[in-house]
Amino acid sequence: MVRPDRQLQPHSSLQSNIIGNVNHATVISTVFALIIINKAGGLIYNRTFHEGGLNKISTNDYLVLAGTFHGVHAITARLNPLKPITNPNRTSTTSTFPSSTPNPNTGTPNPSATPNSSVPSVPSTSGGSYLTRPDPPAGLEVLETENFRMQCFTTLTGTKFLLFTDTTQANVDLTMRRVYDMYADYVMKNPFYQLEMPVRCDMFERKLGSYIREINNR
Amino acid sequence: MSHLGPGKAVSSKEQTGLRYPSNGKTIYHRPLNRTKTAELSQSSFAYLFSEMVTYAQRRVTGIQELEKRLNLQGHPIGLKLLDLLLTREPPRSQTRPLTIIALLHFIKINLWTHLFGRQADRLEKSSNPDTPDEYMIIDNEPLVNAYISVPREMSQLNCAAFVAGMIEGVCDGAMFPARVTAHSVGGKEEGEMWPGKTVFLVKFQPEVLEREALIGKG
Repeated sequence: MVRPDRQLQPHSSLQSNIIGNVNHATVISTVFALIIINKAGGLIYNRTFHEGGLNKISTNDYLVLAGTFHGVHAITARLNPLKPITNPNRTSTTSTFPSSTPNPNTGTPNPSATPNSSVPSVPSTSGGSYLTRPDPPAGLEVLETENFRMQCFTTLTGTKFLLFTDTTQANVDLTMRRVYDMYADYVMKNPFYQLEMPVRCDMFERKLGSYIREINNR
Repeated sequence: MSHLGPGKAVSSKEQTGLRYPSNGKTIYHRPLNRTKTAELSQSSFAYLFSEMVTYAQRRVTGIQELEKRLNLQGHPIGLKLLDLLLTREPPRSQTRPLTIIALLHFIKINLWTHLFGRQADRLEKSSNPDTPDEYMIIDNEPLVNAYISVPREMSQLNCAAFVAGMIEGVCDGAMFPARVTAHSVGGKEEGEMWPGKTVFLVKFQPEVLEREALIGKG
């Protein structure tokens, strides 16, 4: 016997998002489009859900958009400085290491260029505070314009999901999560899908279509 | 099966290849009647089945051959399940099915419940007078196809040929030699409701019908 399983644990950030947006629940909101970019920066999926939400651009422009975003994302990820993990035991030793005081220059493009930056000095001085590997830098996540909001979600394997929504759209994180679930189910478990190639899976189209329609009609 | 008996399995622990549990208890040591809590993850099955399809796809010349290979992968499972499921029946109904209808009911109820946790959706006899040897087992959404989207150029293919192979194994094991094939019928009038609807066409050998007629007279 086989049971359906899905590890949909409530994500802490998702929960706060839900709570934070309760008062906006009455606002009419729309998901305009979804783009999936593979880890090499190629466009592998592109679908518009809501006519008239965004202007139509050609397929070629979509390819350029995907490639450009991939590049911008890679650069913004490098801007992200490595944050030292706060260790309670470290406070006693701080006096001997002036370099480990909170760095006012956090956010500078090149932290190693700053003389008192904690990042380059720590591995040689206070071994132990970097025992756990920090999260990889995330890069650009949200881009907002007057008419739409674009949210990017990067999977652990480097595939990017771009969701274009109304600026008032609530719970984009949750929507993104469901889209990723569907991608994992109906694309990755499909024996006829070749990795990194354009997504052409009827089941994915169908399930995604009905899910987004449900959101847009709410 | 004889070459995989429990004695051999334990004695060959030092051989390379298969791994054995450290306590020496293999799957053959387990009681046959453990029916509860015998559930598996659908995701892990989906990935495994996806690899089976990919494996069967290697060096095949056509869809017919691919379905044949999937059928062959399922056949031994059906043969073994017939024995296993009959063993698990209460002692007074432990006999193997003796008529076509009893056999098909066994497949629809026992086999399906064991494999998929529910019964098959319908059982039909061919209405065509030219083919009295054809019966149909209908499943509205086969579990094996849950995440599979067949590409357009292979629209003839139905990966439930694997399940068809299992049915064929059960029929052959019960001395009702038959050919079983899986056909998608979702695109037709009821297609909107059940896009994955599959018919398993069971075509018995002429001698089965001959015997059935004799039993009917007696």
